[in-house]
Amino acid sequence: MAEVALRNIVKTFDRTPAVAGIDLNINDREFVVLVGPSGCGKTTTLRMIAGLEEATSGEIYIGDQLVNDVPPKDRDIAMVFQNYALYPHMTVYENMSFGLRLKKFPKAEIKERVENAARILDITNLLDRRPKQLSGGQRQRVAMGRAIVRNPKVFLFDEPLSNLDAKLRVQMRMEIKKVHQKVTVTTVYVTHDQIEAMTLADRVVVMNGGKIEQIGSPNEVYHRPTTRFVAGFIGSPAMNFLPCRLVEGSNGSAGLSVKLSDKLTFPVPPDRVGRYRPHAGRELLFGLRPEDIIEKRGDLPPGRTAFDAQLDVVEPMGMETMVYFLVDGTEVCGRVNPAVAGKPGETMPLVADLNHMHLIDPKTDQVL
Amino acid sequence: MTTATAQIGTGERSAVRYGSIARGRKRTLYWSYFFLILFVIFFLMPPVYMFITSLKTSAEIGAVTNPWWVYHPTLQNYIDLLSQAQFLTFFKNSALVAVIVVSVTMVVSIMAAFSLARMKFWGSGTLATGVFLTYLIPESLLFIPLFKIFAFIHDLTGIELINHWWVLVFLYPTLTVPFCTWIMIGYFASIPKELDEAALIDGAGYIQILTRVFIPVALPGIIAATIFCFTVSWANFLYPLAFTTSADQLVLPVGIVTTLIKGDVYNWGQIMTGALLGAAPPLIIYAFLMDYYIAGLTAGATKG
Ligand SMILES: Nc1ncnc2c1ncn2[C@@H]1O[C@H](COP(=O)(O)OP(=O)(O)O)[C@@H](O)[C@H]1O
Ligand SMILES: [Mg+2]
Repeated sequence: MAEVALRNIVKTFDRTPAVAGIDLNINDREFVVLVGPSGCGKTTTLRMIAGLEEATSGEIYIGDQLVNDVPPKDRDIAMVFQNYALYPHMTVYENMSFGLRLKKFPKAEIKERVENAARILDITNLLDRRPKQLSGGQRQRVAMGRAIVRNPKVFLFDEPLSNLDAKLRVQMRMEIKKVHQKVTVTTVYVTHDQIEAMTLADRVVVMNGGKIEQIGSPNEVYHRPTTRFVAGFIGSPAMNFLPCRLVEGSNGSAGLSVKLSDKLTFPVPPDRVGRYRPHAGRELLFGLRPEDIIEKRGDLPPGRTAFDAQLDVVEPMGMETMVYFLVDGTEVCGRVNPAVAGKPGETMPLVADLNHMHLIDPKTDQVL
Repeated sequence: MTTATAQIGTGERSAVRYGSIARGRKRTLYWSYFFLILFVIFFLMPPVYMFITSLKTSAEIGAVTNPWWVYHPTLQNYIDLLSQAQFLTFFKNSALVAVIVVSVTMVVSIMAAFSLARMKFWGSGTLATGVFLTYLIPESLLFIPLFKIFAFIHDLTGIELINHWWVLVFLYPTLTVPFCTWIMIGYFASIPKELDEAALIDGAGYIQILTRVFIPVALPGIIAATIFCFTVSWANFLYPLAFTTSADQLVLPVGIVTTLIKGDVYNWGQIMTGALLGAAPPLIIYAFLMDYYIAGLTAGATKG
C-alpha cells in the first residue's frame, strides 16, 4: 500500500549526469515500467528508489515518507536483480526466509509466508534445493519469492528477464504479470525491451539520456508518442521516418499534403489539417508504422492512400510478410499479407493509412 | 605448402582413422605418469628416509648397512622422545602459538579484506596494494628491525619481549596477515555486488553481511588461508631461533635442532622422529580441511 514519488531527481557520477532531473508519480498498486536504451539511467533511478544509490538532488517519497536518508532495509521495498543474486550457500527456503529471519519473525509465520509464496510461484518442490541446482527460470522464481515473502510496499525489478532465453522470457513475463495480479503491490520494473514494457505495464515511462521522454499507458506511448525518440523506440519493427515537406492543397482541394518525394505525395486526413496548418510549407519528418503500410485490397476507406512501390527486400515472418522499399534512398518497411506479397524487384500496390501518421518537428524532435 | 595441399587433394582418400583421439590421450597420459612418478619419488624420498631412520637404533644408524632398510626395527626413539617433558613442552608451545596465530590472523584478515574489498573508502585501493607489498618483504629482513623495536619497547616500558614463546604470537602475524588478507580480498572481490545489496535490502547490516553471506560463501578461501597460516606458524624457524633461547620457551622446529644436537653429537634417530612427529599436525589438518573443502565445493554442484 504505497505510492512512490520522485521529485526532480538528479544523480551525477563524477560530474557526468546519469539521471538528469526526473519527476514521476507512481500510484498505489500500479505496475510502472521504466524503459529506454542501455545507459539511459533506468537502473540508477531504480537503485535510488531502493536506497542503494544516493540521489545527488531531489526528493524520493515512498508512501508519505521522504526516504532520501532512509537506509534500504527501512524503506520496506524488495528488489529482484538481473542476475537474481540468490545466496549460493542457502537453500531456496533459507534464501526466501533470510529477510524475515533477520527481522526475527516467529518461525511459524516465516514458514507460512514462504510456503504461501512458494505456492504462488509453483516452487514448493524446490524449497530444499540450492541455487546451483536450479534452472534459470527457477532461480528467477526464487528471486521473486524472496521479494514476495517480505510483503513489501514496493517491488523493484531490474531487467529480471534478460538472463533468460527467448522462450523462457515470454513465459516468465506472463508469470510476472500473473503474480502481480495475485499480489497487487506497487511495482517499478526496469527493462530495455519495449515489448516487455508494453505487455507488463499499467504505465510506461520512456527514458532517454537521463530524462523522461514520455509517460503514458502502453497504448498512449504506442499510438500517441510525443517525441521522435518515443515514436522510434516503441514498436518493432520501428516506425518509418521520412523527411517530407508539408504543402498546401491536396488533390486540388483546400487540404494539406505531405510531399515525400517527387513521385510520392500523401494527402493529410481532413481531421488533422487544422492541427498541421501552422506548419504548412515547412520541412518536417513524416512517421508511419509498418503496420500502417499494407497491401491494397478493395476500395479505400477515408484517410488511406494507394501507391505503387518497387520492393527491395521481402521478409516472410509466417503470419505476415515484411516488405521493404526505397523512398528517395530511405528504406521503408510495410507489413503485408503473405498471400499477396510480391517478390524483390516487383512493383506492388500498397496502401498507407494516414490516419495513423505522425509529423515531427526536426528542430525540437517533438511530435506535432 | 602447396605440394602438401596438392597431395591431400590428389592422393587416395584415406579412411577415417578411428581411435586416434584415444591414442593421443593415451600418449599424454603416459607422459603425465612419467613426470608424476618422478616428482613423487623426488618429494617422498626425504620423509621416507626420515621414517626409516626413526625406526633404527643409534648403533644401526652408525653401522655400515643399507640405509633404506631396517634390520632391527624399534620404537625406542618414539618412546624416548614422547616421554621427554622437554619435547612435549616444544609441542605445547608450537600448538599454542599456531592456534592463537591462526585465530588472530583469520579474524584480522577477514575483517581487513572485507573492508578493503567492499567498503570503498578513501585510499582503500592503495591500502590493498600496500598489504600485498608487505607480504613481499622477506622475514630475514624483518627480524632485525623487529628486534630493535622490542629492545626499544623494553627501554620504554620495561616489558621484556625477548625469550618468551608468546612473542611469536605477535611476530607471526607480520607474515600471515598480509598474505591471508590478500587471498581474502580476492575471494571477497569475486562475490557479486548484488549479493551484498540483496542482503542490505533484506535488512542485514555490515556485520551480518560479513558473517551470514561473505564468510559462508568464501569458505573455500578461508580454509585455504587457514591452512597456509597454520603451516607458516607451525614451521617457521627463523623467528623462534632469533627471539627465544630458553629450553622451556622453544617451539618444535628450533627445539628439535637445539636440544637434540649436542655439540657435534647428532642424535639422528631422535631428530628424525621429532621431525616426523612435528610434521604430522599440518598434514592432519590439511587432510581434514581438504575433505571438508572438497565436500563444500561439490555440495549442490549437480543439477537436479
Ligand atoms: N557506479 C557508477 N559510476 C559511474 N557511472 C555510472 C555508475 N553507474 C552507472 N553509471 C553511468 O550512468 C549511466 C546510466 O547507467 P544505468 O542507470 O545503469 O543505465 P541503464 O540501466 O539504463 O542501462 C551510464 O552512462 C553509466 O555509465
Ligand atoms: Mg541497467
